[in-house]
Amino acid sequence: MAQELDILIVGGGPAGLAAGLYAARARRRSILLEKGVIGGQIALTATIENYPGIPSISGYDLAQAMLQQAQSYGLELQYTEAKSLIRKEPFWLVKTDDGDYLAKVVIIATGAEYNRLNVPGEERLTGKGVSYCATCDAPFFADQEVAVVGGGDAAIDEGLFTTRYASKVYVIHRRDRLRASRILQERAFANPKMDFIWNTVVTEILGDEEVEGVKLRNVITGEESFLPVKAVFIFIGHHPNTDWLRGLVPMDNGGHIVVNAWMETSLPGLFAAGDVRQYAARQVATSVGDGVTAAIAAERYISEHFPE
Amino acid sequence: MAKPQEITDSQFEGEVLKSPVPVLVDFWAPWCGPCRMVAPIVEELAEEYEGRVKFVKVNTDENMDTAIRYGIRSIPTLILFKDGQVVGSIIGFRPKGELKRFLDRALS
Repeated sequence: MAQELDILIVGGGPAGLAAGLYAARARRRSILLEKGVIGGQIALTATIENYPGIPSISGYDLAQAMLQQAQSYGLELQYTEAKSLIRKEPFWLVKTDDGDYLAKVVIIATGAEYNRLNVPGEERLTGKGVSYCATCDAPFFADQEVAVVGGGDAAIDEGLFTTRYASKVYVIHRRDRLRASRILQERAFANPKMDFIWNTVVTEILGDEEVEGVKLRNVITGEESFLPVKAVFIFIGHHPNTDWLRGLVPMDNGGHIVVNAWMETSLPGLFAAGDVRQYAARQVATSVGDGVTAAIAAERYISEHFPE
Repeated sequence: MAKPQEITDSQFEGEVLKSPVPVLVDFWAPWCGPCRMVAPIVEELAEEYEGRVKFVKVNTDENMDTAIRYGIRSIPTLILFKDGQVVGSIIGFRPKGELKRFLDRALS
């Protein structure tokens, strides 16, 4: 027996939590599904300093505050993963390992996940020196030499954080200049612990029980080399979590869900908000805005299509 | 009684390695968001598995020796010990159901 409800929100990051707050306050029966950690990507963020009105807060604390606020108005939370989405006129059926849900509206807020290098050794050594979260794992590499892969804001910001612990941080970047914002570049180039290895990609991560080094290839000369490091922090962008919706929901080439300004997809009663949608600015504040917009539009959709 | 006990480097041998029952050790640190997500789940499991599994917590900031000895490179890490030996480990946050399956498999 599927549980019947008004608004099902898939994903418990800022977009989903904000949608949940508004959905619950509209007195619609609303359930939020989260497969991992409440907060999503921000649960791994040490401090958030650009959410207006809040000078500085840890991502975990901000997410918990959003959750408690939404739950105080009646949002229900289930820790489970949405496996499939099927149209059952006039509802949507969402299946999970812990039961099925029949909802008038579904808001997809599944966010984005970091890209992997997809090189040998990466998966085997994850948690053994391979990391996608410097703020989580950098303290375990005090006085060691480590590598950061990438050239964007995340790579440089997390690399700078890592210099608090590591004796040397090698930034390995496939281009000859950084994409990170100017202020971060200035800090990085001024930091004596940071060294840059340009035009270079990682082709393999080596080590038996833990990371002992990386195999590198210069993309211009083709020259191969070995760099002994104890950790590899990987920050090479994100991809939206939409694999489970492929072929069902219109997406762009990058797998982002196409929505209009009301966060509506082209399918009835189906919305998308936050990093999962096309043209997302990928900020906490914009994700919150998306979630709120989607919930308001969802409320209007229910009023029109399910008159009492 | 079933609440996970906070232990230090010096208590590790007595509380974990010499424990007559299997011990699940939760390696954590105050600055780690996912660790704070795991904590309430570990507390619930401590209730549910009372008598069968002992649950302890090791703050890696204050007990680096133990963290280094067991090769902790990422937290949260949960390690299950049986008769002083590592019988399984989980790195990163996992939902409660998955942790229960991990424990049940390791105990059977």
